[in-house]
Amino acid sequence: MITNHVPCEIKIDQHENTLALALAGDWVLDADTPSLEPLFAKMLKSSTVKRLVFSTQALGHWDSLLMTDLIRVIDHGNQQGIEVDTTTLPEGIQGLLNLVYAVPERLDAKRQDTQRRWLEVIGETAISAVTEASSLLTFVGETVLSVGALLRGKARFRTVDLWINIQDCGPSAVPIITLISFLIGLILAFVGALELALFGAQIYIADMVGLGMTREMGGFMAAIIMSGRTGAAFAAQLGTMQVNSEIDALKTMGFKPMEFLVLPRMLALILIMPMLCLYADLMGIIGGSLVTVGFFDVSFLEYFDRTSGAIHLKDLMVGVTKCSVFGVLIALSGCLRGMQCGRSASAVGKAATSAVVTCIVFIVIADSTMTLICNRLGI
Amino acid sequence: MSTPCLTIKNMTMVYGDFVIQRDLDFTINSGDVFIIMGGSGCGKSTLLMHLIGLQHPSKGQVFYGTESLWEADINVRQRILKRTGVLFQSGALLSSMTLAENIALPLSQHTKLSAMRIREIVSYKLALVGLAGFEDYYPAEISGGMQKRAGLARAMALDPEILYFDEPSAGLDPISAKLLDDLIRSLRDNLGSTIVMVTHELASIFAIGTNSVFLDADTKTMIAGGPPKQLLAESTDPKVVRFLTRGVMEKHHLHTTNSQEHSEL
Repeated sequence: MITNHVPCEIKIDQHENTLALALAGDWVLDADTPSLEPLFAKMLKSSTVKRLVFSTQALGHWDSLLMTDLIRVIDHGNQQGIEVDTTTLPEGIQGLLNLVYAVPERLDAKRQDTQRRWLEVIGETAISAVTEASSLLTFVGETVLSVGALLRGKARFRTVDLWINIQDCGPSAVPIITLISFLIGLILAFVGALELALFGAQIYIADMVGLGMTREMGGFMAAIIMSGRTGAAFAAQLGTMQVNSEIDALKTMGFKPMEFLVLPRMLALILIMPMLCLYADLMGIIGGSLVTVGFFDVSFLEYFDRTSGAIHLKDLMVGVTKCSVFGVLIALSGCLRGMQCGRSASAVGKAATSAVVTCIVFIVIADSTMTLICNRLGI
Repeated sequence: MSTPCLTIKNMTMVYGDFVIQRDLDFTINSGDVFIIMGGSGCGKSTLLMHLIGLQHPSKGQVFYGTESLWEADINVRQRILKRTGVLFQSGALLSSMTLAENIALPLSQHTKLSAMRIREIVSYKLALVGLAGFEDYYPAEISGGMQKRAGLARAMALDPEILYFDEPSAGLDPISAKLLDDLIRSLRDNLGSTIVMVTHELASIFAIGTNSVFLDADTKTMIAGGPPKQLLAESTDPKVVRFLTRGVMEKHHLHTTNSQEHSEL
């Protein structure tokens, strides 16, 4: 960019039916340009002016700024039926003008903002909800088919992909699961202890933390962490593969993306989630024990004795089963959003976001439903 | 006409411990259409990254005029680089913005122009590259060739003195490639910009190149330079000749004596 030196000026002279427009100064991006309105006021159909010529002897540097003004003048001239003679302009400007007018504007390319009526909006929302639901069902159906293929030993994917996914979902997630579950156990213990200590029933903190972690919180928190950590990652991976046409490439090579990409991810999560759940349970109980032993005059031995008395195998089974279901849901929604991803960078971001949202909604709904069922059946 | 615009002095480029090119020494004059050519993997695009300030040379200098790009502090470097525009291989338009927003981005960030004026400039730039009326399209909604031209419009947004092109005709059909070449040439002629182009499209090289440098992957340095047509006529280096003739025509008379001649640039 050239910095501004000489101020821009225009001078308009009229000889009979010809307007002479003299341009002077440096017409560069950071310059202040004179208004073209006085010129346009003279260039009217009704006026006697039939022709416009330029003189550029005093014109200094110029760039896009001058070009846009010239284009406005020419367009205005065309509108008002005035001939604009560009032959006296410098050669460079003439060349650029030729380029600009070489390809006529595609009028059909222009977009109109149409005001949509509220009925239309409601209708479209309803339709998109239906298509959304049907695409979800299709996806679930395809997943079931590919699991069927797996059971018949016909699913094609690379075993190494399964191991890589297990590594990503399992061991790599251990630190964050440790931290969160430990703190959840700690919090549960504190929340319960304040009330229980009033009755001198501190020892029941062990029951509360133990049952709370195993039946509910351990698996639930593990699932929430994994939906943010792994669900989003699945969506972003598959979405980027979509952007790079990698999924198309797999299809043309005769692989089914559902088997090749979705199955290893889903299997990895189904295998790993129960283990993460048990691990989270243990960490929560340890967290609870620290609070109870540290603040409420209960010994470690008493605490763990109480815990082992309170938790039954079925409690663990309930927690682990729930967590396996969450694993399926996380893999489903992560992969679904990834496969639905559009073909741009922002679409990948959207896919990851909506994967996490979908995961969490599914998890909460599934958890409530299963808790209700367990409660009704007395499990 | 032949004022040096860009001077590369004794530059070595590395990737980790791996030397890509060493001892690069050449000058790009104002108004040139300068071609950086060579086989695949010889470091053409890497050289471009070094010129536009994205990668630091391990040794040597890049001078814009008389200012050294890499010895200057960050503000000076920003100012130097504001005088350049880059068209990346795939256009590199920001996919979450419309074409108009893409082109308006540098204008609204680096100038104090009014929104109205920016809109006019955007329309003008799009018209220049033959995309008038496509302001409100997203990059994903237009073809690859159009994306490339829109990328060119964005590269030209600030009226740069130097325009860099990374493989402009890659992925275009011959006719679109020719139109793009014509466009580049007429922009050079009309705007007086200097063009630096990485390419291995022979048609483009001979059609619009006024000067060039040839990078070789085996010896890891430049082995020839000069106007492409002159190189074709006079070069004696078998690699250069094979490249410029698509390996069809081997020169029968190799002058092994004057091997210094082709590195005169």
